[in-house]
Amino acid sequence: MKASDRKRLLREMIFYRRFEERCFEAYMERKIGGFLHLYPGQEAVATGVLERARTGHDYVITGYRDHVHAMKAGAPPREVMAELYGKETGSSRGRGGSMHIFDPTVNFMGGYALVGQPFPLAAGLALACQHKGTDQIAICFLGDGANNQGTFHETMNMASLWKLPVLFVCENNLYAIGTRINRSTAVTDQYKRVCGYNIPSSQHDGQDIDVVMEAAEKAIDHVRSGNGPYFIEFMTYRFRGHSMSDSGAYRSKAEEREWAQRDPILILSNKLKTEGVVTDEDIKAMEQEIDDEIENDIIKFAEESPEPRVEDLTKYVLDDNPDPRWIGPLQNSEA
Amino acid sequence: MAELAYWEAIRRAHDEELANDPMVIAMGEDIGVAGGTYKATLGLYEKYGEKRIIDTPISENSYTGIGIGASMAGMRPIIEIMSINFALLALDTIINAAAKIRYMSGGRVQCPIVIRTPGGTAHQLAAQHSARLARVFMSTAGLRVVTPRGPLDAYGMLKSAVRCNDPVIVIEHEQMYNLRGEVPDEETFRPLEGAEIVRRGSDITLIGYNYSVHLCLAAAERLAADGVQAEVIDLRALKPLDRETIRRSVEKTHRVVIAEEDEAPVGVGAEIMAIINEDCFFALDAQPIRIHAADVPVPYNATLEKAAIPDADDVYQGALKVLGKI
Repeated sequence: MKASDRKRLLREMIFYRRFEERCFEAYMERKIGGFLHLYPGQEAVATGVLERARTGHDYVITGYRDHVHAMKAGAPPREVMAELYGKETGSSRGRGGSMHIFDPTVNFMGGYALVGQPFPLAAGLALACQHKGTDQIAICFLGDGANNQGTFHETMNMASLWKLPVLFVCENNLYAIGTRINRSTAVTDQYKRVCGYNIPSSQHDGQDIDVVMEAAEKAIDHVRSGNGPYFIEFMTYRFRGHSMSDSGAYRSKAEEREWAQRDPILILSNKLKTEGVVTDEDIKAMEQEIDDEIENDIIKFAEESPEPRVEDLTKYVLDDNPDPRWIGPLQNSEA
Repeated sequence: MAELAYWEAIRRAHDEELANDPMVIAMGEDIGVAGGTYKATLGLYEKYGEKRIIDTPISENSYTGIGIGASMAGMRPIIEIMSINFALLALDTIINAAAKIRYMSGGRVQCPIVIRTPGGTAHQLAAQHSARLARVFMSTAGLRVVTPRGPLDAYGMLKSAVRCNDPVIVIEHEQMYNLRGEVPDEETFRPLEGAEIVRRGSDITLIGYNYSVHLCLAAAERLAADGVQAEVIDLRALKPLDRETIRRSVEKTHRVVIAEEDEAPVGVGAEIMAIINEDCFFALDAQPIRIHAADVPVPYNATLEKAAIPDADDVYQGALKVLGKI
């Protein structure tokens, strides 16, 4: 990979980190409501995998920690922030919020709050790709906690049986909300759990984006070549709580400090500094530029965008322009 | 005009829609090689192949979810869930996903999926194969719910459901698959909205849906012999519900019996009762009543089962009560 591209990836990851941290501030200011699940610590996974996908072409779907996946898939950051602000200009017109970012113009098919629900939806997107005979694949990002749902096993079975072009990306951050993986899961290596379904799988460091990209490239090639699904596990860690109301009482400060050394931004920036691609000054300038963009463009857009109109409350429940040939209503002849 | 069995009408709708649009597929347990538990897809596996008539494992929540995911990418899956009791396993993907995706994406993603499933009691199928559950779906925003009472609607509403851009739940009935009725030879679409007045009358309104329409019609025959002209309304669609046809009829007859095979609490009849209160309370000459199932898990024993489920005589007796004749 060219030095300029790796520098761009560093900038992207810093952007995602600052974006999420700005969300935290906006939440504390009560500009953002509801539940908010932030991504710091795990940036290399979504950034690295989707760098190797054909974003805008492949389908991408994930759980509720979805801002970064949406943006790397191609959703405009302004629209994602406007969605968090509940505005009409948001990705989901203010109807979805943080956990339900959608942008079908780039085939980002949503964030979902039901843990494990995206497994079958992803397989369905893949079924459509297979049926239409396109070279698209579906990429499903979920955490380790999702693998204890029935949908995991049901979907792995069908995805393998029907050789669906779907890549399952497991972001193993060791905790299902506040329960450590060894306390919830009999087999803690997640990649081993799909062996029973004949799905090839592997486990990798999720903090080093170079490792992520190399592994993702192989997995994506496998899926796109018509060999059926692949399950890839990345070991990662979220630096913040599960959501904003998380006390963090379930994990030790020592563990958090240890993982802070494995910060994906730190790892890539150290490599690029060693290689002479960037300097500390470059990174500082990058951060400043990003903060300016977030404040003066993204936040400004979200702040200034209009609220949805109350008159539109029931819009989007059903098709707002249905074809009367199918819908009717039935006319009873007057007797 | 041919006379078809209910199952043949559903099969014909599948066949025509599969032929019309390559994006239409059918999915479900035993629908392919085995020909379908109710023969609704008989012969279609041979005609359209395993990629379009998909036999699924027994994984209701996830195969329904796969259908929903495929519909988000432009396909038009028709999902068969063998019994509405098993649809409970798929409620997460139906209610939390299919019903909400259009709304929570701000109208940007739609799920044009059809889920067919039979409810109702048959012959001693016992508690876990006899649920009706229409009320579960009719209380969910974002779904359309239809309840075809005979072959014409079973055919024409299924075709409309496939073409419609919303998720549609088609509730069939265990005891109606062999019911015969006329279906036009030419392609016909029946609308997904609007109640149907299936018998005109001026003395009392009998309201049913799905199988209970037949109980209302049988009761109306007996009432006619007594000199009472009953109007029978088939709701056809439980969501959205046609309030206007109910109001007009009640304003004409002033008396109402609602017949449902479901249990009463928080049910279809309760909703109709509320609508009558809200829309035409002062048109009433007598208290409306509901004829409904006993509030018990459906028993296996035939005598107990019969006691638990309303029949045409219950509707007839209910009508006499509302008419002040008993």
